[in-house]
Amino acid sequence: MAQKKIGKQTFQFSSVPVITSWASVVGPKEGEGPFGEQYDLVLTDSLAGEKTWEKAEQKMMQYSVELALEKRGLLPKDLDLYLAGDLLNQIICANFTARFLNTPFLGLYGACSTLAQGLCVAGILLEGGFAEKVGVSASSHHNTAERQFRTPTELGDQRPLTAQWTVTGSASFVLERVGTGIMLTHATIGKINDLGVSNAQDLGSAMAPAACDTISTHLEDLGRSEADYDLIVTGDLGFLGSNILTELLTQKGISAEKIYDCGITIYSPEQDTHAGGSGCGCSAVVLAAHLIGCLQARFYQRILFVGTGALLSQISAFQGESIPCIAHAVVLEAGRGDR
Amino acid sequence: MTKQQAQLQKEHQKVLYWEAQAAGEERKRFADLRQEIERQQQRIAKPQQRAYQSTALKFVPPQTVVKNTIMAFLVGGAICLMGQIIKNIFLQNGLADKEASAATSSMLIFLGAFFTGIGYYDKLGKVAGAGSIVPITGFANSIVSSGLEFKKEGYIYGVGAHLFTVAGPVLVYGTMISILVGLVYYFAK
Repeated sequence: MAQKKIGKQTFQFSSVPVITSWASVVGPKEGEGPFGEQYDLVLTDSLAGEKTWEKAEQKMMQYSVELALEKRGLLPKDLDLYLAGDLLNQIICANFTARFLNTPFLGLYGACSTLAQGLCVAGILLEGGFAEKVGVSASSHHNTAERQFRTPTELGDQRPLTAQWTVTGSASFVLERVGTGIMLTHATIGKINDLGVSNAQDLGSAMAPAACDTISTHLEDLGRSEADYDLIVTGDLGFLGSNILTELLTQKGISAEKIYDCGITIYSPEQDTHAGGSGCGCSAVVLAAHLIGCLQARFYQRILFVGTGALLSQISAFQGESIPCIAHAVVLEAGRGDR
Repeated sequence: MTKQQAQLQKEHQKVLYWEAQAAGEERKRFADLRQEIERQQQRIAKPQQRAYQSTALKFVPPQTVVKNTIMAFLVGGAICLMGQIIKNIFLQNGLADKEASAATSSMLIFLGAFFTGIGYYDKLGKVAGAGSIVPITGFANSIVSSGLEFKKEGYIYGVGAHLFTVAGPVLVYGTMISILVGLVYYFAK
Protein backbone atom coordinates (compact mmCIF):
# COMPACT_ATOMS: atom_id res chain seq x y z
CA MET A 1 0.00 0.00 0.00
CA ALA A 2 1.43 3.32 -1.02
CA GLN A 3 1.99 5.33 2.12
CA LYS A 4 1.65 8.82 0.74
CA LYS A 5 -1.26 8.15 -1.55
CA ILE A 6 -4.81 8.92 -0.56
CA GLY A 7 -7.75 7.45 -2.43
CA LYS A 8 -7.34 6.65 -6.11
CA GLN A 9 -5.08 9.31 -7.53
CA THR A 10 -4.02 11.80 -4.87
CA PHE A 11 -0.62 12.22 -3.22
CA GLN A 12 -0.22 13.89 0.14
CA PHE A 13 2.92 15.92 0.82
CA SER A 14 3.16 15.78 4.59
CA SER A 15 6.51 17.58 4.66
CA VAL A 16 4.77 20.36 2.73
CA PRO A 17 7.15 21.69 0.09
CA VAL A 18 6.86 25.41 -0.56
CA ILE A 19 6.95 27.61 -3.62
CA THR A 20 9.47 30.23 -2.57
CA SER A 21 9.88 32.25 -5.72
CA TRP A 22 8.19 32.80 -9.07
CA ALA A 23 8.37 35.03 -12.11
CA SER A 24 6.46 35.56 -15.32
CA VAL A 25 7.44 36.93 -18.72
CA VAL A 26 4.82 37.62 -21.38
CA GLY A 27 4.37 39.02 -24.85
CA PRO A 28 2.88 42.41 -25.73
CA LYS A 29 -0.72 41.21 -26.20
CA GLU A 30 -0.76 39.63 -22.73
CA GLY A 31 0.83 42.80 -21.38
CA GLU A 32 -2.21 44.71 -22.60
CA GLY A 33 -4.49 42.26 -20.78
CA PRO A 34 -6.02 42.58 -17.31
CA PHE A 35 -2.86 41.42 -15.49
CA GLY A 36 -0.57 43.71 -17.50
CA GLU A 37 0.94 45.45 -14.49
CA GLN A 38 1.51 42.25 -12.56
CA TYR A 39 3.87 40.44 -14.93
CA ASP A 40 7.54 40.69 -14.09
CA LEU A 41 8.53 41.43 -17.65
CA VAL A 42 6.46 42.35 -20.69
CA LEU A 43 8.25 41.99 -24.01
CA THR A 44 7.84 44.93 -26.38
CA ASP A 45 7.46 42.66 -29.40
CA SER A 46 6.85 38.97 -29.90
CA LEU A 47 10.36 38.36 -31.28
CA ALA A 48 12.13 39.65 -28.15
CA GLY A 49 15.01 40.87 -30.30
CA GLU A 50 15.63 37.38 -31.66
CA LYS A 51 15.58 36.19 -35.25
CA THR A 52 12.92 33.51 -34.81
CA TRP A 53 9.87 33.02 -32.64
CA GLU A 54 11.23 29.75 -31.33
CA LYS A 55 14.32 31.56 -30.07
CA ALA A 56 12.09 34.23 -28.57
CA GLU A 57 10.05 31.64 -26.69
CA GLN A 58 13.20 30.02 -25.39
CA LYS A 59 14.50 33.39 -24.20
CA MET A 60 11.19 34.06 -22.48
CA MET A 61 11.47 30.82 -20.55
CA GLN A 62 15.09 31.53 -19.69
CA TYR A 63 14.31 35.06 -18.49
CA SER A 64 11.52 33.76 -16.28
CA VAL A 65 13.83 31.25 -14.59
CA GLU A 66 16.54 33.83 -14.15
CA LEU A 67 14.10 36.30 -12.62
CA ALA A 68 12.63 33.69 -10.28
CA LEU A 69 16.11 32.65 -9.13
CA GLU A 70 17.27 36.22 -8.70
CA LYS A 71 14.25 37.14 -6.58
CA ARG A 72 15.21 34.37 -4.19
CA GLY A 73 18.92 35.16 -4.39
CA LEU A 74 19.76 31.82 -5.99
CA LEU A 75 21.87 30.74 -8.93
CA PRO A 76 21.09 27.94 -11.39
CA LYS A 77 23.70 25.74 -9.72
CA ASP A 78 21.67 25.86 -6.49
CA LEU A 79 18.88 23.89 -8.14
CA ASP A 80 19.03 20.14 -7.64
CA LEU A 81 16.75 19.63 -10.58
CA TYR A 82 15.06 21.61 -13.29
CA LEU A 83 11.71 20.50 -14.74
CA ALA A 84 10.32 22.21 -17.80
CA GLY A 85 8.17 21.80 -20.84
CA ASP A 86 6.55 23.64 -23.71
CA LEU A 87 4.35 22.93 -26.71
CA LEU A 88 6.93 22.61 -29.44
CA ASN A 89 8.07 19.34 -30.99
CA GLN A 90 10.65 17.66 -28.77
CA ILE A 91 10.10 20.48 -26.20
CA ILE A 92 12.97 22.48 -27.65
CA CYS A 93 12.48 25.61 -25.56
CA ALA A 94 12.82 23.62 -22.36
CA ASN A 95 15.86 21.75 -23.69
CA PHE A 96 17.68 24.92 -24.68
CA THR A 97 16.81 26.64 -21.40
CA ALA A 98 18.20 23.65 -19.52
CA ARG A 99 21.32 23.91 -21.68
CA PHE A 100 21.72 27.48 -20.50
CA LEU A 101 21.10 26.63 -16.83
CA ASN A 102 23.42 23.63 -16.84
CA THR A 103 21.48 21.86 -14.08
CA PRO A 104 20.15 18.27 -13.99
CA PHE A 105 17.04 18.35 -16.13
CA LEU A 106 13.91 16.35 -16.78
CA GLY A 107 11.81 17.48 -19.73
CA LEU A 108 8.04 17.33 -19.41
CA TYR A 109 5.28 17.20 -21.92
CA GLY A 110 1.73 17.66 -20.74
CA ALA A 111 0.61 20.17 -23.37
CA CYS A 112 -1.15 22.96 -21.49
CA SER A 113 -1.07 20.95 -18.25
CA THR A 114 2.74 21.09 -18.19
CA LEU A 115 2.99 23.50 -15.28
CA ALA A 116 0.62 21.49 -13.08
CA GLN A 117 2.50 18.35 -14.11
CA GLY A 118 5.78 20.02 -13.16
CA LEU A 119 4.44 21.10 -9.77
CA CYS A 120 3.20 17.52 -9.11
CA VAL A 121 6.58 16.01 -10.00
CA ALA A 122 8.48 18.66 -8.05
CA GLY A 123 6.29 18.01 -5.02
CA ILE A 124 6.94 14.27 -5.24
CA LEU A 125 10.70 14.75 -5.51
CA LEU A 126 10.87 17.19 -2.62
CA GLU A 127 8.60 15.07 -0.44
CA GLY A 128 10.72 12.04 -1.22
CA GLY A 129 13.84 13.86 -0.14
CA PHE A 130 15.49 13.60 -3.54
CA ALA A 131 15.99 17.32 -3.86
CA GLU A 132 16.16 20.48 -1.77
CA LYS A 133 15.40 22.98 -4.50
CA VAL A 134 13.61 22.35 -7.78
CA GLY A 135 12.89 24.77 -10.60
CA VAL A 136 9.76 24.37 -12.73
CA SER A 137 8.99 26.23 -15.95
CA ALA A 138 6.40 26.16 -18.69
CA SER A 139 6.11 28.31 -21.77
CA SER A 140 4.12 28.82 -24.92
CA HIS A 141 4.26 31.34 -27.74
CA HIS A 142 1.37 32.26 -29.97
CA ASN A 143 3.36 32.29 -33.18
CA THR A 144 5.39 29.12 -32.60
CA ALA A 145 2.27 27.17 -31.65
CA GLU A 146 0.30 28.61 -34.52
CA ARG A 147 2.86 27.60 -37.11
CA GLN A 148 3.35 24.15 -35.61
CA PHE A 149 -0.27 23.20 -35.02
CA ARG A 150 -2.19 25.32 -37.51
CA THR A 151 -1.35 27.58 -40.43
CA PRO A 152 1.21 30.27 -41.25
CA THR A 153 0.60 33.31 -39.08
CA GLU A 154 0.15 35.77 -41.95
CA LEU A 155 -2.45 33.62 -43.69
CA GLY A 156 -5.75 35.47 -43.92
CA ASP A 157 -8.04 32.75 -42.61
CA GLN A 158 -10.96 33.08 -40.23
CA ARG A 159 -10.67 31.38 -36.85
CA PRO A 160 -13.84 29.66 -35.66
CA LEU A 161 -15.51 31.05 -32.54
CA THR A 162 -14.55 27.92 -30.59
CA ALA A 163 -10.81 28.49 -31.20
CA GLN A 164 -8.56 29.73 -28.42
CA TRP A 165 -5.60 32.05 -28.64
CA THR A 166 -2.26 30.56 -27.56
CA VAL A 167 -0.70 32.72 -24.89
CA THR A 168 2.77 34.15 -25.41
CA GLY A 169 4.25 33.76 -22.00
CA SER A 170 6.40 31.77 -19.67
CA ALA A 171 6.49 31.41 -15.93
CA SER A 172 8.97 29.74 -13.61
CA PHE A 173 8.71 28.64 -10.02
CA VAL A 174 11.27 27.66 -7.42
CA LEU A 175 10.11 24.99 -4.99
CA GLU A 176 11.96 24.11 -1.83
CA ARG A 177 11.65 21.37 0.71
CA VAL A 178 11.93 23.81 3.61
CA GLY A 179 11.41 27.54 3.70
CA THR A 180 8.71 30.15 3.63
CA GLY A 181 6.30 30.49 0.79
CA ILE A 182 3.17 29.08 -0.76
CA MET A 183 2.51 25.55 0.49
CA LEU A 184 2.01 22.62 -1.84
CA THR A 185 -0.01 20.10 0.13
CA HIS A 186 -1.53 17.63 -2.33
CA ALA A 187 -1.30 16.60 -5.95
CA THR A 188 -3.83 14.66 -7.98
CA ILE A 189 -2.47 13.02 -11.09
CA GLY A 190 -5.05 12.85 -13.85
CA LYS A 191 -6.09 10.10 -16.21
CA ILE A 192 -6.51 10.50 -19.95
CA ASN A 193 -10.07 11.33 -20.88
CA ASP A 194 -11.13 11.12 -24.48
CA LEU A 195 -14.76 11.52 -25.35
CA GLY A 196 -14.24 11.54 -29.06
CA VAL A 197 -13.88 15.26 -29.77
CA SER A 198 -11.58 15.48 -32.78
CA ASN A 199 -11.87 19.17 -33.69
CA ALA A 200 -8.46 20.69 -33.00
CA GLN A 201 -10.06 24.13 -33.14
CA ASP A 202 -12.26 23.27 -30.16
CA LEU A 203 -9.95 22.18 -27.36
CA GLY A 204 -12.25 23.50 -24.64
CA SER A 205 -14.87 20.83 -25.37
CA ALA A 206 -12.19 18.16 -25.56
CA MET A 207 -10.57 19.06 -22.23
CA ALA A 208 -13.63 19.73 -20.07
CA PRO A 209 -14.26 16.03 -19.20
CA ALA A 210 -10.63 15.59 -18.08
CA ALA A 211 -10.91 18.61 -15.79
CA CYS A 212 -14.21 17.33 -14.39
CA ASP A 213 -12.75 13.88 -13.81
CA THR A 214 -9.68 15.16 -11.96
CA ILE A 215 -11.63 17.67 -9.85
CA SER A 216 -14.26 15.14 -8.79
CA THR A 217 -11.65 12.44 -8.09
CA HIS A 218 -9.60 14.90 -6.06
CA LEU A 219 -12.54 15.94 -3.90
CA GLU A 220 -13.58 12.33 -3.43
CA ASP A 221 -10.04 11.16 -2.57
CA LEU A 222 -9.64 13.79 0.13
CA GLY A 223 -13.22 13.71 1.31
CA ARG A 224 -13.42 17.42 0.64
CA SER A 225 -16.06 19.51 -1.04
CA GLU A 226 -15.69 22.57 -3.24
CA ALA A 227 -16.47 24.63 -0.11
CA ASP A 228 -12.99 23.74 1.20
CA TYR A 229 -11.43 25.80 -1.56
CA ASP A 230 -11.51 29.51 -2.19
CA LEU A 231 -11.05 28.91 -5.87
CA ILE A 232 -10.92 25.97 -8.25
CA VAL A 233 -8.63 27.18 -11.01
CA THR A 234 -8.66 25.52 -14.41
CA GLY A 235 -5.84 26.07 -16.88
CA ASP A 236 -7.24 26.97 -20.24
CA LEU A 237 -10.72 25.66 -20.90
CA GLY A 238 -11.84 28.99 -22.28
CA PHE A 239 -15.43 30.20 -22.33
CA LEU A 240 -16.82 27.14 -24.06
CA GLY A 241 -14.91 24.52 -22.05
CA SER A 242 -15.66 26.31 -18.81
CA ASN A 243 -19.39 26.30 -19.52
CA ILE A 244 -19.25 22.58 -20.31
CA LEU A 245 -17.27 21.92 -17.13
CA THR A 246 -19.94 23.73 -15.11
CA GLU A 247 -22.57 21.48 -16.69
CA LEU A 248 -20.53 18.30 -16.07
CA LEU A 249 -19.79 19.18 -12.44
CA THR A 250 -23.43 20.05 -11.82
CA GLN A 251 -24.39 16.64 -13.18
CA LYS A 252 -22.06 15.10 -10.59
CA GLY A 253 -23.59 17.21 -7.83
CA ILE A 254 -20.56 19.47 -7.42
CA SER A 255 -21.12 23.21 -7.31
CA ALA A 256 -19.22 25.06 -10.00
CA GLU A 257 -19.44 28.50 -8.40
CA LYS A 258 -15.76 28.68 -7.57
CA ILE A 259 -14.48 27.72 -10.99
CA TYR A 260 -11.97 30.25 -12.29
CA ASP A 261 -10.47 29.73 -15.72
CA CYS A 262 -7.12 31.30 -16.58
CA GLY A 263 -8.00 31.15 -20.28
CA ILE A 264 -10.93 33.47 -19.66
CA THR A 265 -9.25 35.93 -17.32
CA ILE A 266 -5.91 36.37 -19.10
CA TYR A 267 -7.38 38.52 -21.85
CA SER A 268 -10.01 41.22 -21.65
CA PRO A 269 -13.10 40.71 -23.85
CA GLU A 270 -12.07 43.62 -26.12
CA GLN A 271 -8.97 41.67 -27.13
CA ASP A 272 -11.24 39.43 -29.21
CA THR A 273 -9.61 36.05 -28.77
CA HIS A 274 -12.86 34.16 -29.40
CA ALA A 275 -12.99 31.34 -26.81
CA GLY A 276 -10.15 32.67 -24.61
CA GLY A 277 -6.47 31.94 -24.05
CA SER A 278 -4.68 28.60 -24.08
CA GLY A 279 -1.20 27.09 -24.01
CA CYS A 280 1.28 26.10 -21.31
CA GLY A 281 1.97 29.74 -20.66
CA CYS A 282 -1.66 30.57 -19.98
CA SER A 283 -2.15 28.95 -16.59
CA ALA A 284 1.52 29.44 -15.72
CA VAL A 285 1.60 33.22 -16.07
CA VAL A 286 -1.81 33.73 -14.45
CA LEU A 287 -0.66 31.67 -11.48
CA ALA A 288 2.65 33.49 -11.21
CA ALA A 289 1.38 36.99 -11.86
CA HIS A 290 -1.95 36.95 -10.10
CA LEU A 291 -3.13 33.90 -8.15
CA ILE A 292 0.00 33.23 -6.15
CA GLY A 293 0.04 36.89 -5.15
CA CYS A 294 -3.54 36.54 -3.90
CA LEU A 295 -2.45 33.56 -1.79
CA GLN A 296 0.53 35.47 -0.48
CA ALA A 297 -1.68 38.39 0.48
CA ARG A 298 -4.04 35.89 2.18
CA PHE A 299 -6.83 37.02 -0.10
CA TYR A 300 -7.25 33.30 -0.75
CA GLN A 301 -6.35 30.64 1.78
CA ARG A 302 -6.45 27.53 -0.36
CA ILE A 303 -6.88 26.98 -4.07
CA LEU A 304 -7.03 23.92 -6.28
CA PHE A 305 -4.94 24.52 -9.39
CA VAL A 306 -5.94 22.24 -12.26
CA GLY A 307 -3.82 22.28 -15.41
CA THR A 308 -5.63 20.95 -18.46
CA GLY A 309 -3.85 19.55 -21.49
CA ALA A 310 -4.99 18.45 -24.94
CA LEU A 311 -2.43 15.85 -25.96
CA LEU A 312 -2.88 15.94 -29.69
CA SER A 313 -0.29 16.24 -32.40
CA GLN A 314 -0.72 17.63 -35.86
CA ILE A 315 -0.29 14.14 -37.27
CA SER A 316 -2.93 12.56 -35.03
CA ALA A 317 -5.31 15.40 -35.87
CA PHE A 318 -4.83 14.90 -39.63
CA GLN A 319 -5.32 11.16 -39.22
CA GLY A 320 -8.72 11.87 -37.70
CA GLU A 321 -7.85 10.66 -34.20
CA SER A 322 -9.82 12.14 -31.35
CA ILE A 323 -8.02 14.27 -28.77
CA PRO A 324 -6.78 12.57 -25.58
CA CYS A 325 -6.93 15.05 -22.73
CA ILE A 326 -5.50 15.15 -19.24
CA ALA A 327 -5.75 17.30 -16.14
CA HIS A 328 -3.45 17.37 -13.12
CA ALA A 329 -4.32 19.19 -9.91
CA VAL A 330 -2.27 20.63 -7.07
CA VAL A 331 -3.48 22.16 -3.82
CA LEU A 332 -1.82 25.48 -2.98
CA GLU A 333 -2.22 27.06 0.42
CA ALA A 334 -1.29 30.47 1.79
CA GLY A 335 2.16 30.55 3.25
CA ARG A 336 3.97 28.76 5.97
CA GLY A 337 6.26 30.84 8.14
CA ASP A 338 4.93 34.21 7.10
CA ARG A 339 1.72 33.85 9.08
CA MET B 1 -14.21 3.28 -16.92
CA THR B 2 -17.29 1.10 -16.46
CA LYS B 3 -17.20 -2.45 -15.06
CA GLN B 4 -17.81 -3.86 -18.51
CA GLN B 5 -14.91 -1.84 -19.94
CA ALA B 6 -12.60 -3.00 -17.17
CA GLN B 7 -13.62 -6.59 -17.89
CA LEU B 8 -12.90 -6.18 -21.60
CA GLN B 9 -9.53 -4.62 -20.85
CA LYS B 10 -8.66 -7.67 -18.76
CA GLU B 11 -9.84 -10.10 -21.42
CA HIS B 12 -7.93 -8.27 -24.14
CA GLN B 13 -4.71 -8.56 -22.19
CA LYS B 14 -5.27 -12.28 -21.57
CA VAL B 15 -6.13 -13.09 -25.17
CA LEU B 16 -3.16 -11.11 -26.48
CA TYR B 17 -0.89 -13.07 -24.14
CA TRP B 18 -2.27 -16.37 -25.42
CA GLU B 19 -2.04 -15.18 -29.00
CA ALA B 20 1.63 -14.30 -28.57
CA GLN B 21 2.35 -17.80 -27.32
CA ALA B 22 0.22 -19.73 -29.81
CA ALA B 23 1.21 -20.69 -33.34
CA GLY B 24 -0.45 -21.48 -36.66
CA GLU B 25 -4.19 -22.05 -36.71
CA GLU B 26 -4.54 -21.45 -32.98
CA ARG B 27 -2.86 -18.09 -33.21
CA LYS B 28 -5.29 -17.00 -35.85
CA ARG B 29 -8.21 -18.01 -33.64
CA PHE B 30 -6.87 -15.86 -30.80
CA ALA B 31 -6.28 -12.97 -33.19
CA ASP B 32 -9.90 -13.14 -34.29
CA LEU B 33 -11.02 -13.20 -30.69
CA ARG B 34 -8.82 -10.23 -29.85
CA GLN B 35 -10.22 -8.25 -32.76
CA GLU B 36 -13.72 -9.08 -31.63
CA ILE B 37 -12.92 -7.68 -28.18
CA GLU B 38 -11.49 -4.54 -29.77
CA ARG B 39 -14.67 -4.05 -31.77
CA GLN B 40 -16.72 -4.51 -28.64
CA GLN B 41 -14.60 -1.92 -26.82
CA GLN B 42 -15.31 0.58 -29.57
CA ARG B 43 -19.00 -0.24 -29.54
CA ILE B 44 -19.16 0.58 -25.84
CA ALA B 45 -17.18 3.80 -26.14
CA LYS B 46 -19.28 5.21 -28.99
CA PRO B 47 -22.53 5.96 -27.09
CA GLN B 48 -20.58 7.62 -24.26
CA GLN B 49 -18.81 9.82 -26.78
CA ARG B 50 -22.01 10.65 -28.60
CA ALA B 51 -23.78 11.56 -25.37
CA TYR B 52 -20.95 13.88 -24.35
CA GLN B 53 -20.67 15.50 -27.73
CA SER B 54 -24.35 16.34 -27.82
CA THR B 55 -23.94 17.96 -24.37
CA ALA B 56 -20.89 19.88 -25.51
CA LEU B 57 -22.56 20.99 -28.71
CA LYS B 58 -25.19 22.91 -26.75
CA PHE B 59 -22.52 25.32 -25.55
CA VAL B 60 -20.85 26.01 -28.89
CA PRO B 61 -21.46 29.62 -29.87
CA PRO B 62 -23.44 29.87 -33.14
CA GLN B 63 -21.40 30.76 -36.21
CA THR B 64 -22.02 34.30 -37.37
CA VAL B 65 -23.04 33.11 -40.85
CA VAL B 66 -25.02 36.16 -41.95
CA LYS B 67 -22.34 38.63 -40.90
CA ASN B 68 -19.60 36.51 -42.46
CA THR B 69 -21.52 36.19 -45.72
CA ILE B 70 -22.17 39.92 -45.98
CA MET B 71 -18.54 40.78 -45.22
CA ALA B 72 -17.28 38.18 -47.70
CA PHE B 73 -19.59 39.60 -50.36
CA LEU B 74 -18.51 43.19 -49.74
CA VAL B 75 -14.77 42.57 -49.52
CA GLY B 76 -14.72 39.95 -52.28
CA GLY B 77 -16.75 42.30 -54.45
CA ALA B 78 -14.46 45.21 -53.68
CA ILE B 79 -11.39 43.20 -54.67
CA CYS B 80 -13.07 42.22 -57.95
CA LEU B 81 -14.12 45.81 -58.55
CA MET B 82 -10.56 46.89 -57.99
CA GLY B 83 -9.45 44.26 -60.51
CA GLN B 84 -11.91 45.63 -63.06
CA ILE B 85 -10.68 49.18 -62.53
CA ILE B 86 -7.07 48.09 -62.94
CA LYS B 87 -8.00 46.21 -66.09
CA ASN B 88 -9.82 49.22 -67.53
CA ILE B 89 -6.80 51.38 -66.90
CA PHE B 90 -4.60 48.89 -68.74
CA LEU B 91 -7.10 48.74 -71.60
CA GLN B 92 -7.24 52.51 -71.87
CA ASN B 93 -3.49 52.64 -72.03
CA GLY B 94 -3.48 50.48 -75.12
CA LEU B 95 -3.06 46.88 -73.95
CA ALA B 96 -5.03 44.20 -75.81
CA ASP B 97 -7.79 42.44 -73.83
CA LYS B 98 -5.78 39.27 -73.18
CA GLU B 99 -2.67 41.18 -72.19
CA ALA B 100 -4.68 43.44 -69.92
CA SER B 101 -6.14 40.40 -68.12
CA ALA B 102 -2.71 38.92 -67.52
CA ALA B 103 -1.34 42.26 -66.34
CA THR B 104 -4.32 42.69 -63.99
CA SER B 105 -3.76 39.24 -62.47
CA SER B 106 -0.09 40.05 -61.92
CA MET B 107 -1.02 43.36 -60.37
CA LEU B 108 -3.51 41.73 -57.97
CA ILE B 109 -1.06 38.98 -57.05
CA PHE B 110 1.51 41.66 -56.32
CA LEU B 111 -0.94 43.56 -54.13
CA GLY B 112 -1.94 40.39 -52.24
CA ALA B 113 1.71 39.54 -51.65
CA PHE B 114 2.57 43.10 -50.69
CA PHE B 115 -0.16 43.43 -48.10
CA THR B 116 0.70 39.99 -46.70
CA GLY B 117 4.30 41.10 -46.39
CA ILE B 118 3.49 44.25 -44.46
CA GLY B 119 1.12 42.31 -42.21
CA TYR B 120 -2.34 43.53 -43.26
CA TYR B 121 -3.80 40.69 -45.28
CA ASP B 122 -4.39 38.39 -42.27
CA LYS B 123 -6.27 41.23 -40.55
CA LEU B 124 -8.44 41.64 -43.63
CA GLY B 125 -8.98 37.87 -43.75
CA LYS B 126 -10.20 37.81 -40.16
CA VAL B 127 -13.09 40.08 -41.13
CA ALA B 128 -13.66 39.05 -44.73
CA GLY B 129 -13.17 35.26 -44.61
CA ALA B 130 -13.90 33.75 -48.01
CA GLY B 131 -14.13 37.26 -49.47
CA SER B 132 -10.37 37.65 -49.30
CA ILE B 133 -9.35 33.99 -49.67
CA VAL B 134 -11.16 33.15 -52.90
CA PRO B 135 -9.89 35.97 -55.16
CA ILE B 136 -6.40 35.68 -56.67
CA THR B 137 -5.05 37.98 -53.94
CA GLY B 138 -5.88 35.22 -51.42
CA PHE B 139 -3.84 32.77 -53.46
CA ALA B 140 -0.90 35.15 -53.29
CA ASN B 141 -1.45 35.45 -49.55
CA SER B 142 -1.37 31.69 -49.05
CA ILE B 143 1.98 31.37 -50.84
CA VAL B 144 3.65 34.45 -49.41
CA SER B 145 2.54 33.71 -45.84
CA SER B 146 4.05 30.21 -46.10
CA GLY B 147 7.22 31.69 -47.56
CA LEU B 148 7.53 34.22 -44.75
CA GLU B 149 6.76 31.63 -42.12
CA PHE B 150 9.42 29.14 -43.18
CA LYS B 151 12.16 31.57 -44.20
CA LYS B 152 13.84 30.97 -40.86
CA GLU B 153 14.45 27.31 -41.70
CA GLY B 154 16.49 28.41 -44.71
CA TYR B 155 15.79 28.72 -48.43
CA ILE B 156 15.90 25.00 -49.20
CA TYR B 157 14.36 23.13 -46.28
CA GLY B 158 12.24 26.10 -45.28
CA VAL B 159 10.92 28.25 -48.14
CA GLY B 160 11.54 25.70 -50.88
CA ALA B 161 9.94 22.77 -49.12
CA HIS B 162 7.05 24.64 -47.55
CA LEU B 163 6.10 27.34 -50.05
CA PHE B 164 3.04 25.41 -51.17
CA THR B 165 1.85 23.97 -47.84
CA VAL B 166 -1.38 25.96 -48.04
CA ALA B 167 -1.67 26.52 -51.79
CA GLY B 168 -0.51 23.00 -52.69
CA PRO B 169 -3.90 21.28 -52.39
CA VAL B 170 -5.50 24.06 -54.46
CA LEU B 171 -2.93 23.56 -57.22
CA VAL B 172 -3.16 19.76 -57.17
CA TYR B 173 -6.93 19.55 -57.30
CA GLY B 174 -7.31 22.66 -59.45
CA THR B 175 -5.05 21.08 -62.07
CA MET B 176 -6.80 17.73 -61.78
CA ILE B 177 -10.27 19.20 -62.15
CA SER B 178 -9.17 21.32 -65.11
CA ILE B 179 -7.93 18.16 -66.84
CA LEU B 180 -11.22 16.39 -66.11
CA VAL B 181 -13.26 19.34 -67.34
CA GLY B 182 -11.04 19.51 -70.43
CA LEU B 183 -11.67 15.82 -71.18
CA VAL B 184 -15.42 16.20 -70.68
CA TYR B 185 -15.42 19.25 -72.94
CA TYR B 186 -13.35 17.44 -75.59
CA PHE B 187 -15.65 14.40 -75.74
CA ALA B 188 -18.94 16.26 -75.29
CA LYS B 189 -18.16 18.77 -78.02
